[in-house]
Amino acid sequence: MDTAVSLRAAVALTGRFPVLAGIDLSVAPGEVLVLEGANGAGKTSVLRACAGLLAISSGEAVVLGHDLRRNASAVRRQVGMLGHAAALYDELNVVENVRFAVRAAAGATENIDPALERVGLVGRLRRTAVGRLSAGQRRRVALAVLMARRPALWLLDEPHAALDAGARALLGEVINEAVAAGATVLLASHEPEASLPLAHRVVTLAGGRIVHERSLAHEAPAPMHVVGDVHVA
Amino acid sequence: MTLIIDGPPPSGDPGPQGPDTTDPSTEPWTARTNWIVRVLAGVSLASVAATVWLGLWVTPPDKVQGNLVRLVYIHPPIAWVALYLAFGIAAGSSVLWLWPRTRRVAWDRLAASSMEVGTVFTGLTLVTGAIWGRPTWGVWWAWDARLTSTALLLVLQLGYLALRRIPGDPDARARRCAVGAVIAAVDVPIVHFSVNWWRTLHQGATVLNANLSPTIHGAMAWTLLLGFVSLTLAFAWMLVVRYRIQVLSDRLEGADLETALAERWSEGEQ
Amino acid sequence: MWRDAVLVAGKDLRIELRSRVVLNQVAPFAIVVLALFAFALGPNRAPMLQAAAGLFWVAVLFAAVLAVQRSFALEANDGTRDGLRLSGLDPAGIFLGKAAAISVQLIVLEILLAGGVVLFYGAHIRSYGAVLVACAAGTAGLAAVGTLYGALAAGVRVRETLLPFLLLPVVAPVLLAGTRAWQVALGTGPGGDSADPWLRLMLVFAAVYLAVGVLIFGPLQEAA
Repeated sequence: MDTAVSLRAAVALTGRFPVLAGIDLSVAPGEVLVLEGANGAGKTSVLRACAGLLAISSGEAVVLGHDLRRNASAVRRQVGMLGHAAALYDELNVVENVRFAVRAAAGATENIDPALERVGLVGRLRRTAVGRLSAGQRRRVALAVLMARRPALWLLDEPHAALDAGARALLGEVINEAVAAGATVLLASHEPEASLPLAHRVVTLAGGRIVHERSLAHEAPAPMHVVGDVHVA
Repeated sequence: MTLIIDGPPPSGDPGPQGPDTTDPSTEPWTARTNWIVRVLAGVSLASVAATVWLGLWVTPPDKVQGNLVRLVYIHPPIAWVALYLAFGIAAGSSVLWLWPRTRRVAWDRLAASSMEVGTVFTGLTLVTGAIWGRPTWGVWWAWDARLTSTALLLVLQLGYLALRRIPGDPDARARRCAVGAVIAAVDVPIVHFSVNWWRTLHQGATVLNANLSPTIHGAMAWTLLLGFVSLTLAFAWMLVVRYRIQVLSDRLEGADLETALAERWSEGEQ
Repeated sequence: MWRDAVLVAGKDLRIELRSRVVLNQVAPFAIVVLALFAFALGPNRAPMLQAAAGLFWVAVLFAAVLAVQRSFALEANDGTRDGLRLSGLDPAGIFLGKAAAISVQLIVLEILLAGGVVLFYGAHIRSYGAVLVACAAGTAGLAAVGTLYGALAAGVRVRETLLPFLLLPVVAPVLLAGTRAWQVALGTGPGGDSADPWLRLMLVFAAVYLAVGVLIFGPLQEAA
């Protein structure tokens, strides 16, 4: 697999509106790509398309070797998404939510406790219903799910939003570890000061297409330690 | 059938569910297929007119039922189109759309067209059935087994049309409608049996019905046969026309897509 | 598929245990429906007893609509709809799991409603076997069709009004057959009737829609 993500003249519609208007994008395995652009430029749509959630109506789209136009759902077990709204059940507590997500993706449940510890959800918080958590704490739960699932492709939509300084630093570490273990990361962000230190390459989106692209001269910081193999289902 | 209703293939490969980006100002159908559709229209209208003429003027009134027997020339044919032909085509093409190997936009269009035209025929089945029931049973609605299951079918069809009207992505709409049609289609035989056991006032199969057509022979038999042929032709013609409307509206959406794409690109150039 | 079904059913039932929405809102609603029927049919017990079997199943149908709506309201919350699709769960497993969770909740409601029918309408159950089989098969059928239509309507803005309109006509055979089977079991039917054909019909209904759901839930889930 020479590319993790390959979009060629990909068009995606919501209703009749082309959120992706013939986009070309190619991402190498192990790359951290930052997507920039104004509101409505199509950043979230790129991430959703790569997760097989947004149907590609024309053009080509291949993610992790799966042709999204033929079988959009095949890629999903290998993709982890951190979106605007965390995919969590308010009534269930933190551990239950993480355990459900990890077991659903056939991930290893022994990764759960270390992940929760790492994001600082320990003690009483572990047994608190997710509906009672703050926005930042919910983000941490979603991040713990990703860490425990170890997907091959990480799709992060404004991951820094609602996170405090400590959690932002943690997010950077986690991304670097994932990349060191072979994962690919697509990160949509409005906050260049938070996202650019992580990036190998930055593309700017406008009008559902890429209008500007630049490689960053610096190498991404070397990982401190490797957590383990990337889970590929 | 597909020869008549399909336009020329669109330029390029739009993919299984891709937008049809053919220029909408071009004529979508060849003169030859237009001619065939016009002939179909003429033949079906003429044969319906002939059925009416034979049914109302040429055939004699029945000894027992009098002029009421004349409903037998249209009620069973309408019911045949509604319950078997139209619903069968809609269900079959929905399954063909759902099956990945046979997935074509045409099946979705055909299912939608057949279900919509079929709904009209189901409504007519109920109306003609009720008109027959009023003098026969003394009431418009007798909870007769066949009327009841036809009424349920009408509600199922209206449900499909409601699904059809939900705005959104054409692929999602096709998917939703195909699934809805399959759920409804599976229900039809179950409804039929359960309602039949539940209550049977109606007598045997309608065509061979001893009560409704006691001495069917000669002109009457021929008129009934013509009724089946003419209403089937009329259905086929309406189906083709409805299908073509679907193709045209899809092309219009395709044309919208071109402008929408251009507008979307211009956002990036500001 | 089975593993995923157990996972999903466990998750849904755990949420119900925590929130008690079906127990605290849908169950009282179903009892209120039974009471309203009693008001409508007058203080005499004879017409109530005559209609008891049918009223039970009408109340079950209404409760099923609410239970299905609740089941998919869980997934409509924030990102969970996408979450379920992204989870990597087998669609057939999701279908069976959600249908199983709805079934468990419906069975609890049916026990309450059966108690209500005995208490309010003075019905006397003569054949527990027929009642149990009718409830089990009817519940499975209702839950299967309900899960299919719940998912079908889930991504749609008008889902609250769409779901009853789509669901209730399709489950009409369950109402017919369930009522007839219960009439036999309560001894309020036309008399001399056997419940067996109706129970078979309900079993066929449940089996057919469970099979359809397992086959079709994958494509259905993509209709976002």
